[in-house]
Amino acid sequence: MTEQTLSTPGSARRRLLQINPVYVLLVALLVAIVLLNPAFMEPQGYMNYLKRAAALAILSGGALYVIVAGGFDLSVGAMMTLTVIGSSMLASNDPNSTYWIIPLMLGIGALVGLINGLVVSYLRVPSLIATLGMMITLTGVAFVWSGGAPRGYLPDTFRFFGRFNITGVPLVNIFPVAIICLVVFGLILWWGMHRTNLGRMIHAIGDNQRAARLAGVPVERVRITAFIVSSMSAVVAGVILGGRAGVSVDIGSGYELQAITAAVLGGAQLLGGRGSVPAAMAGALALEAIFTLLNLLGLPQPVRQVVQGLILIGAVALAMYRRKRTGR
Amino acid sequence: MKKLVMAVAGMAVLFAGAAQAQAPNFDDPAEFAKQKAQLTGAFNGPADSPWLQYAGDAMADTAKFKKDGPWTICFSNAGVNNPWRVVGYTDMTEEVKNHPEIGTFTHVDAEGSDDKQIADIDDLLAGGTCSALIVSPNSTAALTPAVEKACASGLPVIVFDRGVTTDCPVTFVHPVGGYGFGIQAGEHVIANTSAGANVLMLRILPGVDVLETRASGARNMFKEAGLNILGEEFTDGDNAKTKSIVEDYLQRGTIDAVWMDAGATAVAAVEAFEDAGVPVPVVTGEDQQDYLQKWKALGFKGIAPTYPTYQWRTAIIAAVNTLKGEAVPGPEWVLPQPAITQDVLDQYINEKMPPLHYAMCGCEGMPGYPEAWGGTK
Repeated sequence: MTEQTLSTPGSARRRLLQINPVYVLLVALLVAIVLLNPAFMEPQGYMNYLKRAAALAILSGGALYVIVAGGFDLSVGAMMTLTVIGSSMLASNDPNSTYWIIPLMLGIGALVGLINGLVVSYLRVPSLIATLGMMITLTGVAFVWSGGAPRGYLPDTFRFFGRFNITGVPLVNIFPVAIICLVVFGLILWWGMHRTNLGRMIHAIGDNQRAARLAGVPVERVRITAFIVSSMSAVVAGVILGGRAGVSVDIGSGYELQAITAAVLGGAQLLGGRGSVPAAMAGALALEAIFTLLNLLGLPQPVRQVVQGLILIGAVALAMYRRKRTGR
Repeated sequence: MKKLVMAVAGMAVLFAGAAQAQAPNFDDPAEFAKQKAQLTGAFNGPADSPWLQYAGDAMADTAKFKKDGPWTICFSNAGVNNPWRVVGYTDMTEEVKNHPEIGTFTHVDAEGSDDKQIADIDDLLAGGTCSALIVSPNSTAALTPAVEKACASGLPVIVFDRGVTTDCPVTFVHPVGGYGFGIQAGEHVIANTSAGANVLMLRILPGVDVLETRASGARNMFKEAGLNILGEEFTDGDNAKTKSIVEDYLQRGTIDAVWMDAGATAVAAVEAFEDAGVPVPVVTGEDQQDYLQKWKALGFKGIAPTYPTYQWRTAIIAAVNTLKGEAVPGPEWVLPQPAITQDVLDQYINEKMPPLHYAMCGCEGMPGYPEAWGGTK
C-alpha cells in the first residue's frame, strides 16, 4: 500500500502493463513443453494439442459474452453433456442423421440460453444461481434421456468435426477439422464482441448497467443475447468434444469452470465490463498447455484441479492488481 | 501431556486395527489360485447353455421353499445405470417370459444407491406378496444386513452379480470372478509382449470388489513376468477421460500394452493410438460389440475376457427351481466365464446389434432376440 501511494507509474511501465500477459504466458508454456518434449514440434504434436484445446477455446469465447455482460454461465458444461448424450440417442447409429441433429441441438442450445437470460433478466435471479439450477436441470435431462447409460453411438459423420484429420496438407501433413472449427467460430465470436454494436452494449451493461440503461441500451435483450451465444457455443464445443472422444455420461462436467478460468486468464474482468475473445481463447490454450506440461512432468490428474483452482485465484488477483496500477 | 499422547496413540492403534479388520482383502492368493483353476476346469450341465452350468457338486436343498404357482418373483436391482446392466436386465425380463409359473415379476431399481436399495428391500418384504426375492446388491457391506433381514423373513433369497458377506441366501449366482477376468487379460498381455514392456493399466474406479480383484490379479502377474507398469489410472468409465489419459502417456513415451479392468472404454483407448498415428498395441477389452468390431477391423492383438450377462438369466432360473423345490447349485452357483479370443472372434461379432451390446449374453436363442436387445434381424 505504501509503495502505491509513493510511486507514480511511469508511461513506459504503463505500456508494458497493457500487453496482455496471457500471450506471454502461452508462449512461455509452449517453449517449456518443447524443451521437455521435442516431438511437440512435429505437426502430430502441436496439431493434437490444438485439437484437444479446440472445444475449450470455443467454449471460453462464448462464455466470455456472459462474463463481460457481468454474469456467470455455469450451465455450459451440462449443455455440452446434453449435446453429446442427446445426439447419440437421436442418431441411433444412422450416419445421415447428423445433418439435422446438429441444427436441432443448436436450437436447443439457443432455447436454454434464452431461458437463462429470461430468468436472470426478469425474475432477477442472480446468474450464478440461475445457471447453477440450469446445470442441474440439464444434467438431469441428459440422465433421464439416456436412462443413465448411453445406449447410442455417435456416427462418424458427427464425429467428423472433432476427430477427422485432413491428410496430405503441404507443410503440416495433417490438419484436424477441429482446428478449422476453432478458427471459424473464433472469428465469429471475435467479430460479434469487438466489431459490432452488440459487443459494445455487452461491455456497457457489464461495466455499469444503470448508465447503459440511461444511455438507451436495451439491457434485458442484450443480456439474453449474451446467454444465447454462450449456450450455443457450448453446443458447438459439445459437438467437437463428443467427436473427439465419443459418448460418455459426464463428458462436459468441469468445463464450465475451465471456461471461466480461461476467460479470467485472458484478462476478462469478473463481474463484467472488460474482456477479449482472442485473449480468452489464448487463456484456454494456455490452460490446456499447463495440463500438458503437468502431464509431461509426470504429475497425476488430480494435481490439475489444484493448479486450476490456484490459477483462477491468481489470475483474478493479478487482474485486480493491474486494474489498480493502470487506473482502470 | 504424556497421558494425552498415550491416549491418542492408543486410539490410533485401535482405529488402525479396526480398519485393518474391516478392509476387505482384494489380494488373496488362495482365491486367485481357485479362480485360475476354475477358468480351465470342468463345469457340470449342458455345454451349449453356459447359463445352466455350474462348478463343483455342492447343491442346496430347497424342499422347504416348494410352493404352488403362480408366483410373484421380486427383484431388487442395484441399477440399470450402465450398458452391461441394460443388456443383463433385458436377458432377465426375457427369461421371465420362459416361465409361465411366474405370475408377476416385480422389479425395483435402486438407481445405484445403497440407501434406496435397503429401503426397496424393506418395502418388498412389507408388501408381503413376494414368493422369492432376487437381489443384485449395489455394494457388499451395506446390503448384507438387508439381505439377512430378507432371509429371516422366511423368503427364499437369491443373490447374484456382486456378493454379500452372509451365506443365508439359497445361493449366490456369479461367474468365476474378478481374479479370473484379470488373469485372462493379464495372460494375454504377457504372452504378446516381452519382459520390460510398458503396460498401462486402466481401471474404472477404486473400491469395488469385482474390479479390485481384476486389477490385483493382473498386477501380480505383470510384476512376476517382469513387465513395467507405467501407471494405474482411473477412467470413471468415461471415454473422453480414457482417451486423454492414453494420449498423455503416449506423449511421455511408448506403450506396449493397455490392460483394462472393463471394456466399456476400450474403443476410446484404441482411438487414442489411431489418432496419434501410432500402431495399436495389445489392448484388452470386454465383449462389447464396438470393441469386438474395432479389434477385427484394425487387427491388433485383442482379447475380450467377459463377465457374462447370462448370469441375469441364471438368477431367474435359480429362483424358479427353488420355488419348485428342486435342488440348485449352492451356496454358490459358479458359472463359466469364457474369454473371446482371436480364434472365436468372428462368431461373436454381430453388426446388427447395438455397439454397446455385450456379446456373451447367452440370449441368441431366446424368442425376443434380437429386437428386445435393440438389434435388427
